[in-house]
Amino acid sequence: MFQFESFDAFIVMGGHGPYVWGAYGLSLAIMGWLALAPLRRQRVLLAELRQRIQAQRQRGEG
Amino acid sequence: MWQWFHKLGSPRWFYQISGKFLPWLALASVVLIVTGVVWGLAFAPEDARQGNSFRIIYIHVPASFLALAGYYVMAAAGAVGMIWKMKLADMVMVAAAPLGAALTFIALFTGAVWGKPTWGTYWIWDARITSMLVLLFLYIGIIALSRSFSTRETSARACAILALVGTVNIPIIYKSVDWWYTLHQPATIKLSGAPSMHPDMFKPLLVMILGFYCFYALVLLLNTRTEILLREGRTSWVKELAQPK
Repeated sequence: MFQFESFDAFIVMGGHGPYVWGAYGLSLAIMGWLALAPLRRQRVLLAELRQRIQAQRQRGEG
Repeated sequence: MWQWFHKLGSPRWFYQISGKFLPWLALASVVLIVTGVVWGLAFAPEDARQGNSFRIIYIHVPASFLALAGYYVMAAAGAVGMIWKMKLADMVMVAAAPLGAALTFIALFTGAVWGKPTWGTYWIWDARITSMLVLLFLYIGIIALSRSFSTRETSARACAILALVGTVNIPIIYKSVDWWYTLHQPATIKLSGAPSMHPDMFKPLLVMILGFYCFYALVLLLNTRTEILLREGRTSWVKELAQPK
């Protein structure tokens, strides 16, 4: 069952709102970054490798 | 058995197999963590003494769990890499360090934010908190050490030794609330005996812990795959992966 009388009461959390929302907000943001950062890094690494291969090929052909 | 062990040590095999697990782990992490967060924030009953600040437990405890378990993962990978000269194990060790550091930071940060309305202070040099800070420094030490050698072998060896020596800290963290009677409350969940928590509060915590385990596995695999691409760039199978079709 929903524990709060209104949406405002849910945000305020009986005065503990800033602590609770701050803890959840920063933690979940860090976790999102943890999951997304390696994916972006992998894309960059593969793109660099592709460029290197193409450069090698052009040197070989030209 | 040995063939299996050998295969497990192959970065190429690991890259292919882990690719199949990733979508499922991602799905499980998101579903469990979203369920746990909504349940913990809105539907779990308020704590009689601490009020709503107690809801921070649903991040604080799972993050602390995985920060500690992750240290064993890192140290075990370091040991395997050192004993059997397994390249993949060294990559797992390097992949586990920043993940463990981030989870330890989350545990310390949520603990500090929880401490303010509950104990009246963000920080205190309590045994549990201090030993968690040491854990954070150990993780950071491994990250720094892994980047400070020019050869991979020397770096892997140094990191593995530091990781193994650092495991001494883990039982100290576990036991600190019993050995020193300080501000931090005793463990909510114990391996033996029932949890000291009402089932309505405990169920969302269980969901969050499961979610964090899935999340840990997901990011560990992702980081290890990055490490594989970084180190195996000269092999033909990684070149094929990068090849424009």
